[in-house]
Amino acid sequence: MEHAWIPLSLSLKVAGWATLLDLLLGIAIGFALARLKFPGRDLIDAMLTLPMVMPPTVLGYYLLVLIGRKGPIGAWLYEHFGIQLIFTLTGAIIAATIVAFPLVFKSARTAFESVDPQLEKAARVLGSSELAVFFRVTLPLAWRGILAGVLLAFARALGEFGATLMVAGSIPGRTQTLSIAVYEAVQAGQDDTANLLVIIVSITCVVVLVTVGRLSPPRTAG
Amino acid sequence: MRRLSARLFASLLFVLAGIAPAHAEDLIVSAAASLTDAFKEIATGFEAAHAGAKIQFNFAASGTLLQQIAKGAPVDVFASADLATMDRAQSQGLIVVAERRNFAANTLVLIVPKGSARPAAIGDLAQPAYKRVAVGNPASVPVGRYTQAALTKAGLWGPLEPKLINAQSVRQVLDYVARSEVEAGFVYSTDAAIMKDKVDVVLTVPLEEPVTYPIAPIAASTHSAMAKAFVDWVSGAQAQAVLARYGFSKP
Repeated sequence: MEHAWIPLSLSLKVAGWATLLDLLLGIAIGFALARLKFPGRDLIDAMLTLPMVMPPTVLGYYLLVLIGRKGPIGAWLYEHFGIQLIFTLTGAIIAATIVAFPLVFKSARTAFESVDPQLEKAARVLGSSELAVFFRVTLPLAWRGILAGVLLAFARALGEFGATLMVAGSIPGRTQTLSIAVYEAVQAGQDDTANLLVIIVSITCVVVLVTVGRLSPPRTAG
Repeated sequence: MRRLSARLFASLLFVLAGIAPAHAEDLIVSAAASLTDAFKEIATGFEAAHAGAKIQFNFAASGTLLQQIAKGAPVDVFASADLATMDRAQSQGLIVVAERRNFAANTLVLIVPKGSARPAAIGDLAQPAYKRVAVGNPASVPVGRYTQAALTKAGLWGPLEPKLINAQSVRQVLDYVARSEVEAGFVYSTDAAIMKDKVDVVLTVPLEEPVTYPIAPIAASTHSAMAKAFVDWVSGAQAQAVLARYGFSKP
């Protein structure tokens, strides 16, 4: 049953893109909130953490209303660029990115806050530019914490179901990710397909976890 | 702080206390999604006529409901939107065959978002103007199977397949069309009637196998007398009047 690999590749594509976007956004926003003090910072933090707390169906509904054909963002995109996000892999990536974002953002903010400001000061005294300080001192020191969040985000994006199903539908070969394919197989009573897919998911998760263990540096080195 | 924790704990207990098993005379009816509105009203009449009876509904695509029942869900009555799903329930020994009967019929219609371009015939859906067409997933949703049969007969299933968006139930097809996320969709005429303000019915799709709704008590039901009473009630005059008002016809 080779078609079981198509949902897997779609899931990896969605999780990969979502993790990459979350990595960039999470580091930028996590750093900003860790360093800048402004009124309403806690409120923004809470808003950005919402996707972790809210049910995926609520997020799916928000997305459907916002980026749908009649939604303010969706209508604008369609009129100006002819882009429709609902029922596309891009829609699935957007859903997964939002759902997994708090995991990167939260760990990035905590990691940046735990970096000793004395070390950054020292680098500045030695003549490093702000950019160099960030990339050669702050980011390397915060990296362990961020990486943990990134890996959790990847796992979360890989398993995303509710919001994805509502936004991207379940189009075989185009938006039907692993978790949705499992759901569809169970609904249709195709237990053989479900068994195969579940084994694939389980193996993929174990591989991800083992890779994570290899990638992260030993605790003493951190 | 301690007082706050105590209050939180107390409210948690209160919430947990609400999770009690279903009441002894609660009848769980798993019914096709297209029956949602009519059945809710029928249940009100049934409960009024049977003291102590309380109907709990589980609405979803018939295929989904069948899988739940086959896996041992505590269901008392099953009403599906096609004979094929009920036949499968019967062949798996899940229903009381002697009490099985057909109680309603429906028609398949092609709908488009309100005020949008109306195809003159089903074949027009092949035109590029129709980018996405929502159908029930034929693997588990009866309306999808009826649609597939009709489109296959018209030689359109293959050409249209790249445009098809599979939905989890007939009500999801309706929702996709109402939100203009798709240019057209196939639902039952009774579903289209519920969202008259958001969708236009273009045409009725001719079917070789008419849309028929069978109902039967579940063999494993622990409320078999009440389950049989509900099955009888659905075929009775009062329930049939409700079904007719929602646009269902006699089988």
